[in-house]
Amino acid sequence: MSSTRAAPAPPSRRPARERGGADDTRLTWRNRLYRFDMRYMPYLMIAPFFLLFIVFGLFPLLFNAVVSLRNYRLDDPTLPYWAGFENFSRLVADEDFWNALYNTFGIFLLSTLPQLLLALMVASLLNRKLRAQTWWRVGVLLPYVTPIVASTMVFSVFFSRDFGMANWALGLLGIGGADDPIDWRADKLHAWIAIATMVNWKWIGYNALLYLAAMQSIPRDVYEASAIDGAGQWKQLWRITVPMIQPVVVFTVILSTIGGLQLFTEPMLFDPNAQAATGGPNGEWQTIAQLIYKVGWKDLNLGYAAAMSWALFLIILVVAGLNYLLTNRLSGGRR
Amino acid sequence: MTTRRVVARAPQDTPAGLWTYLLLAVSMLFAAFPLYWMFVIATSNDEALAKLPPAIVPGEKFLTNVDEVFSLQDVYFAASLVNSVIVSTVVTASVLFFCSLAGFAFAKLRFKGSNALMLFVVLTLTVPNQLGIVALYIVMGKLGWNGTLLAVIAPGLVTAFGVFYMRQFIVNTVPDELIESARVDGATTMRVYATIVLPAIRPALAVLGLLTFVATWNDFQWPLITLSGTDFPTSMVAVSDLASGNYVIYRRVLAGAFIATVPLLLMLFVGGRQIVRGIMEGAVKS
Repeated sequence: MSSTRAAPAPPSRRPARERGGADDTRLTWRNRLYRFDMRYMPYLMIAPFFLLFIVFGLFPLLFNAVVSLRNYRLDDPTLPYWAGFENFSRLVADEDFWNALYNTFGIFLLSTLPQLLLALMVASLLNRKLRAQTWWRVGVLLPYVTPIVASTMVFSVFFSRDFGMANWALGLLGIGGADDPIDWRADKLHAWIAIATMVNWKWIGYNALLYLAAMQSIPRDVYEASAIDGAGQWKQLWRITVPMIQPVVVFTVILSTIGGLQLFTEPMLFDPNAQAATGGPNGEWQTIAQLIYKVGWKDLNLGYAAAMSWALFLIILVVAGLNYLLTNRLSGGRR
Repeated sequence: MTTRRVVARAPQDTPAGLWTYLLLAVSMLFAAFPLYWMFVIATSNDEALAKLPPAIVPGEKFLTNVDEVFSLQDVYFAASLVNSVIVSTVVTASVLFFCSLAGFAFAKLRFKGSNALMLFVVLTLTVPNQLGIVALYIVMGKLGWNGTLLAVIAPGLVTAFGVFYMRQFIVNTVPDELIESARVDGATTMRVYATIVLPAIRPALAVLGLLTFVATWNDFQWPLITLSGTDFPTSMVAVSDLASGNYVIYRRVLAGAFIATVPLLLMLFVGGRQIVRGIMEGAVKS
């Protein structure tokens, strides 16, 4: 890495001390400047990132641990300073927490798998010689640039019970219908499906482009060889393309794990009473991130919210690790 | 019976057939319809919302609805748009400057510990920063920044992704010989940055700038926590405020949502090629 870097040449070819008089001081000054530039300038250039990360990234993360061991209530500063592991023992027995965890995983499962499969389909459609190629690619990014706040508002209307487009469309297919409409906010499964639909809509195009990029870097002769062996398009997709783009598949699984377990905006705004942050009248679709928000900023109990953040962190680590192993196995095994 | 082609082509060399175009068109429809329908409701009166089969033709009430959105007292919609522009522009400009500077240092300058520090930058990419959000709120409280735009701007001023992206780009595109010869002429590091690096990385700046602007504009959770209830919401917080209350008027909500989406649609229209490239390059390199 360093061998290709430019070897700097000093601005003055003769060492300063060989010269004399007024020239001398000017040159040492220039030399000093030069030395500073060479030695310390790189650190100055990278310092902003590290400073900012320490103040707004690393420190909060560590400080979070301290807060989680404290009684930190915005509405009651008189409580004893330390709480010990009280917040954590409360967490284990907290039904709301387990319910939110259950919802988070339910929505996560309903969104990740269809999302990545459909992304794979869209990517293989885009992986052809297309007319107006760029415009198709830009088109699939429409949901990606749309604010989740805006699209969730639209989907909230789609999934309303009485005049929603989702029920209308399902009615055309003979499901539900006007006499027996689905109440998307009345039970877990339907609420999860509605929210997962929003997540899928948002991320399919983005993931498809990631897959497309990987697909296009597969050497062409691999396909030529397999076609001579008589493999059709469908077989090629599963036997060649998917195993060859496996690293990117793993990457997208990790991305959607990290994103999915922190789901916040969709469940928040799917609720007509968003400010309460309860995720439905009985917490039908309250996610962990939403619960953290409610505990911290509605119940004003930051200590407990911090403990929940730690729990979420551990869960993300474990799930991302498991997913990594699983995806590695599944998409690479057939090679 | 068809004869099997002996010379097979890779998918990307195979011209798309009718089915491919048809399926792609259907995908496009799914991608675009919610946006289009947002516009339909934003331009209609209250009845359009409950129409079945759904209304699909835009109405004529756009200006009425927009006017209502802007005149709602405790939503501060006009101010929120200005705030979003300020926040996104400042964050984007700062990300471009500091990330390209750090990326240049990591890509082309020699200094002790550069490899370890770069590894650290990459590792920070994997930390979901939302996890420290409680403590971040406390930190901002100590600084006295909660409820101000500073609280939203400051944490985003340099990003690990930006540093990483810039480093990769500079390693591949700025020739060492060029830097070397500038050094021989006595150019300082900053001069090399300004005269050689910056002109060479313009495409990468466009990509990173667009991605950063979109992400900053769309951010919701942290702005909601720190700005909600103040007179300085961002546009995302303001749109969510439109939808709170006992009786939600959706033509207003969606008119507001539409206005807050238009800047990004324009960016996609103008810079779509760059955004696509940015996402695809990120995939191959990471």
